Amino acid sequence: MTLVLPIVIPLLAAALLLVVPARAVLQRSVALTASAGQLIAGLALFRQVQVDGYLVLQVSDWAAPFGITLVADVLSSILVVAVGIVGVAVGASSFAGVDPRREAYGYHPLIQVLLMGVAGAFLTGDLFNLYVWFEVMLMASFVLMALHRTSEQIAAAFKYVTINLLASAVFLTGLGLLYGSAGTLNMADLAAIWPARNEPVLDLVLATLFLTAFGIKAGLFPLFFWLPASYPTPPAPIGALFAGLLTKVGVYALIRVFSLLFRGGPPLPLQLLLWLSVATMIVGLVGALAQRDFRRVLAFNLVGHIGFTTIGLPLGTTAALAGSLLYIVHHILVITCLFFVAGVLLQLRRTTDLGRLGSLYRDHPGTAVLAMIPLFSLAGVPPLSGFVGKLAVVQGTFGAGAYGPGAAVLVVSLLTIVSMARLWDEAFWKPADAPPVSPRPAPLLLVPVAALGALILGMTVAAGPLFETTTRAAGQLLDPQGYIEAVLQSGLGRGE
Amino acid sequence: MSPLILRTATRVLMPLMVLFALFMLVRGHNDPGGGFVGGLVVSAAYALLAFTSGVAEARRALIVDPERLLGVGLLVALFTGLSSALAGEPFLTALWWGGLGSPLFFDIGVFLVVIGVVLTMTFTLAED
Repeated sequence: MTLVLPIVIPLLAAALLLVVPARAVLQRSVALTASAGQLIAGLALFRQVQVDGYLVLQVSDWAAPFGITLVADVLSSILVVAVGIVGVAVGASSFAGVDPRREAYGYHPLIQVLLMGVAGAFLTGDLFNLYVWFEVMLMASFVLMALHRTSEQIAAAFKYVTINLLASAVFLTGLGLLYGSAGTLNMADLAAIWPARNEPVLDLVLATLFLTAFGIKAGLFPLFFWLPASYPTPPAPIGALFAGLLTKVGVYALIRVFSLLFRGGPPLPLQLLLWLSVATMIVGLVGALAQRDFRRVLAFNLVGHIGFTTIGLPLGTTAALAGSLLYIVHHILVITCLFFVAGVLLQLRRTTDLGRLGSLYRDHPGTAVLAMIPLFSLAGVPPLSGFVGKLAVVQGTFGAGAYGPGAAVLVVSLLTIVSMARLWDEAFWKPADAPPVSPRPAPLLLVPVAALGALILGMTVAAGPLFETTTRAAGQLLDPQGYIEAVLQSGLGRGE
Repeated sequence: MSPLILRTATRVLMPLMVLFALFMLVRGHNDPGGGFVGGLVVSAAYALLAFTSGVAEARRALIVDPERLLGVGLLVALFTGLSSALAGEPFLTALWWGGLGSPLFFDIGVFLVVIGVVLTMTFTLAED
């Protein structure tokens, strides 16, 4: 039961939101309550996985390779908790006001559907079902992006949906090939039979197709260009939701599929992924340095740091993968928080153009201090979570003997410091005579920033246990025998 | 204004189509049919009404807002799935009482969702 709750709760909320009267307060309360429920369900799942290692549910009681399986291992459960946290932050931010036209056209139900899609993608044990969750997310996010119908947003949504449909088509092609050859799309079943099949050519084709499809979703070089073009345009909570969660689903799918299917598989796509990760980091950060808009700098930083989250997979050591997984958690919290900061800037100055921002530290010291936490955390200033995450990635990379990529990680960390220092300098420090449009920041807009900032600080305190947990998750991923047994042997088991 | 023949035929066809849709829904329990196709037939009936007498008239005839129908349908299907969880079975497992099974209620949910989705789209497109 715990396993379906993170999916069922947002679905229930989406349905309720369509039925209850369209009064703003009511809609927002239902949405926030549901997200809190999803977070609690995620935490319960996390605790149970800590005890049992794996949780498996055969939906509709169809035995494993035939029906749809839901599986939670340590990685899935961590990510479901992260979905809950981002959901609560977005739900709380809606109380600060949502454009009434957006609210009338299904803003809240769509967010719930999106949260359901992300949780479903993290929990499914079936590749075709993963495709379905991708489509659920794509539809919800497309409508959320285009809801306001300004020409800028329509253009962004068009780019977004085109490239993501292409990714879906590539994924589906891969699924067709795989199903035609293996006769199953259950991930555990595939993991049990596929690596022994020894079909090098098909393996290479499939690995390349999946790398392309998930690489687009994750925003990996050279297929990231749609992301900075589309993420900065929607309002802050939507941007935060997309930036925090959607790319991570691509990263998760890469990690899950490659660790299950291509363990001893072709070295070429994995080698490619290693250098794509490095290229993503460098191109993302160099791009960030060239930008003159707060949100666009964030979008390029988002791309650049995706490289940190994918670099552990091709290296193949527990330490490197655990480092990348830890970085995923840090990245979700920090990037979400920074997009909320962008929302506060929009409220205070009506713009995120760095040339027209400034003096925010002088005018709003409290807000500036809150914004400092995610900014400096992304930069990797000790003792914030970015430092912990980067340290884990660097240690893992050097520990795996990959000195070139390790050096790239260090250089890119330096570039991140430069990029964040520039944001701080231009937006908060630089004197500007632009009169503030709004005298005080709306306290409700600061709530998600403060709460996520507290979590970022909390991540520093809990770095040890958290790294132990991601090490366990990496261990499970690198030795999928437990996953296979847990899924296939629960075939006739009732419940969980 | 739409042609007289089509308008007159719609008056006869609409109740027949809705009846047939209900028949399809119930028939789906044991034979080909079911909520999805039944929902499509109901939607076709209301779409026909919208084409002949206008969207406003079709909305009035539907009584409920199609979006709300969509929500109710989702809730019905979801609670059917959850009822098996309450009975100690995995989510969405079919429960049977003699010849009657919980899939019928799931199908009723699907039926309402399909009507809600198709009519929301049709009405919106026709109104623009």
